Amino acid sequence: MQLYLPIAEVSVNAFVLLGLGGLVGVLSGMFGVGGGFLITPLLMFIGVPPGIAVATGSNQVVASSVSGVLAHLKRKTVDFQMGLVLLAGGMLGSGLGIWVFAILRRMGQVELLVQLSYVLFLGLIGAMMLQESLRAMRRAATNAPPRRAHQHYLVHRLPLKMKFRTSGLYISAIPPMVVGAAVGFLAAIMGVGGGFIMVPAMIYLLGMPTKVVVGTSLFQIIFVTAFTTLMHAITNYSVDILLAVMLILGGVIGAQIGTTIGLRLRAERLRLLLALLVLAISIKIAMDLLLQPAELYVLTPGRLP
Amino acid sequence: MIRLLLVLLLLLASPLRAEEVVAGLSQNRVAITANFDGSEIVIFGAIARDAPPPPGRLDVIVTVQGPSQPMTVWRKARRLGIWVNADAVEIDAAPAFYAIATTAPLREILSETDDLRHKISIGQAIRAIGVAHQAADVPAFTASLIRLRRESGAYLVEDGGVTLDRDTLIRADIRLPANLTEGIFRSRIFLLRDGNVISVEEVQIDVHKDGIERFLHRLALDQPLIYGILSLGLAILAGWLASAVFTWMRR
Repeated sequence: MQLYLPIAEVSVNAFVLLGLGGLVGVLSGMFGVGGGFLITPLLMFIGVPPGIAVATGSNQVVASSVSGVLAHLKRKTVDFQMGLVLLAGGMLGSGLGIWVFAILRRMGQVELLVQLSYVLFLGLIGAMMLQESLRAMRRAATNAPPRRAHQHYLVHRLPLKMKFRTSGLYISAIPPMVVGAAVGFLAAIMGVGGGFIMVPAMIYLLGMPTKVVVGTSLFQIIFVTAFTTLMHAITNYSVDILLAVMLILGGVIGAQIGTTIGLRLRAERLRLLLALLVLAISIKIAMDLLLQPAELYVLTPGRLP
Repeated sequence: MIRLLLVLLLLLASPLRAEEVVAGLSQNRVAITANFDGSEIVIFGAIARDAPPPPGRLDVIVTVQGPSQPMTVWRKARRLGIWVNADAVEIDAAPAFYAIATTAPLREILSETDDLRHKISIGQAIRAIGVAHQAADVPAFTASLIRLRRESGAYLVEDGGVTLDRDTLIRADIRLPANLTEGIFRSRIFLLRDGNVISVEEVQIDVHKDGIERFLHRLALDQPLIYGILSLGLAILAGWLASAVFTWMRR
């Protein structure tokens, strides 16, 4: 069934959109990533213009994140305190990021910067997570005693200590703020919700339990992507509501299925899968940059900036 | 059929030059609705004469042209081991859709001077307005634009797509693709004798969004804040609904 999209001005198959939304929804529910880094290239692949793909993708992420958070809420795996602290930092960071992005756009080649930062950060995070999760799985297999749960670093001596009850942490509010700000900054520059950076940062930098991380990450992604969607709708008129509805229909169902799968999988296996996914995308983008493309010419509507 | 008769009637009524083309459309409005899947339009016409036809080769060219917009064509090149968009050529206006149907291959029936004058071939339709500041080899860029658009089906060339019956009746079927932009589409019918254009007729097709497509498009442009909040509200509602349904199903 063909569907004509009013803003994108392209005609696409409605079932393809449902499928795409569903796929991203499953991943979103499983890993707590928004899926912005996945949905945007996929939409562009089926012929949706890049600007509309980015803006509408973020609208879809709002829906799947709400659905995912509600599912996690019932299992009490959302740390609201931590989410709010991260969000406060995130707003600061993304404000700074949008400002830097505008400067880089004036200098040209912003697209290249986005691709390079994707390769760099996805590659780095993917490799780190892969190594860690493999080690954890090996440890589980040999039944070796786990490391001590509470190790005391400098982090624990900082002021402004807060109790994060759901995460079982008693740490300073400063590290989560800094993590939130750093992720917000990168997310604004890379044009994504930032879940794939946030999730590993919460696990490895803040020491939060994996099961709580997913719900908490989704909770703060709702706000970041809602803000992005609204900004895009007002400044660029680039949110296609019909496209969003189709993606959302698939996405919310996918997110529910993904959450169920995610809670059944062992934590280290979940981290291994996310690591492989992140690495695969990093390698794909690196290949696009390094290998000679089949088509050297690219059309973009409008004049040179 | 009624339209065809009307055309013939019109043709009898109007004062004529030696040979003149009169044309009509199967429809002069195309409505883009949610399930729009392309549209077939038929352009028909007749050749009116006040004397027996002169000798020489008679041909017809039909073009349909969508609204134009500026385009930038980028060419990738390897810089420091990475493929980046290196050179760009800005094209002032390229039609979003362009179709040419002819009675015989275009190169055989159209003289170069008349192509320049009437901007008939695809290359002319683009270059017509002129290319601004640029890379060294502009033709490679415009050629790539045409190639990419032909591959995507936005630019069509149909040699033999026009039927000319008894040197008088003209008919061309042009299929408008599903990926259509709104605007006034111009259709031109050229009558050629020995490679020279002797008569031109232009008709317009109004391509516009209709129903929910029109409503959403207007809302997005006129009330972006309301539209944005509506999009967000839908997303949140859908997320909540899915969660509620799944909880209910598990029970």
